[in-house]
Amino acid sequence: MKIAIIQFGGTNCDMDVQHVLKDVVGVDAETVWYKDENLAGFDGVVVPGGFSYGDYLRAGAIAARTPIMDSVKKIAAEGKPVLGICNGFQVLTEARVLEGALTTNEYPKFRCHWTNIRVETTDTPFTSKFRKGEVIRMPIAHMEGKFFAEEPTLAELDENEQVVFRYVDEKGRATDEANPNGSLENIAGIVNTSRNILGLMPHPERASESILGSADGRKVFESMADYITENF
Amino acid sequence: MQYQATVTIEQKAGMLDPEGTTAKRALGHLGYAVESVKTAKLYEIVLEAESAEVAEQKVDEMCQKLIANPLIHNYTIQLRELN
Repeated sequence: MKIAIIQFGGTNCDMDVQHVLKDVVGVDAETVWYKDENLAGFDGVVVPGGFSYGDYLRAGAIAARTPIMDSVKKIAAEGKPVLGICNGFQVLTEARVLEGALTTNEYPKFRCHWTNIRVETTDTPFTSKFRKGEVIRMPIAHMEGKFFAEEPTLAELDENEQVVFRYVDEKGRATDEANPNGSLENIAGIVNTSRNILGLMPHPERASESILGSADGRKVFESMADYITENF
Repeated sequence: MQYQATVTIEQKAGMLDPEGTTAKRALGHLGYAVESVKTAKLYEIVLEAESAEVAEQKVDEMCQKLIANPLIHNYTIQLRELN
């Protein structure tokens, strides 16, 4: 098994993701510079966080239109898992492989702190190791993380159980106070209709070892690795 | 023929404009009571095209594909011929 970690100019969470995949989860993971458009031989993709292209135009806008994204779409079309974290989530919405958009936080400030997240569905390649309704801890670090979609899309996301993570309080309630950025319906992460592309604003790679305050995020990568072992 | 397109990108109605809201509040601190402040982004694009119509069509395509996100933005294009 080999997972590709895409690097754009300005990506900065690539090495953290590689460390977690290789040293914590124990699977093979290679960084791929966006100009190497060929993703043949990879069984999954992570689009990591950072500030690709300085967030020019809109966060993720330029990266979403680079040719390597066609290869990412091809891998996704084969049913292989694609995980977008933070700026990676922004890239996937800008590439229109995920619904909605990530817009400036309601209080327009860069927010970097721990959040409580509720797992809404375990029926994805990224959450099979969680329990449905489980409250986990992962940090966020973003200024453009307010999830926005128009009403019919929001209803569809709910209906198809495409909302994977919501911001909640310690007791698991999706309150306004627990919502760090004004995301509609407290949405922190969603999948596509085929369920093999996940985008989320919180950083699972920064919460994969208990010495860092939480190991909850590790299950995202472990679930992904299990899914690849079982299917490819 | 060379044209200059001025593209203005605005948030769609109903979208929050936190930068505008912050500017409005800051103006209030300076003693200016204003109704509202909205921010927008402006791009000036110079391009060659056979006609104004073709130029506008190309710029519209650019907006759809990259410059704007049609889900959250409205945009206007003003075109002028350059000598």
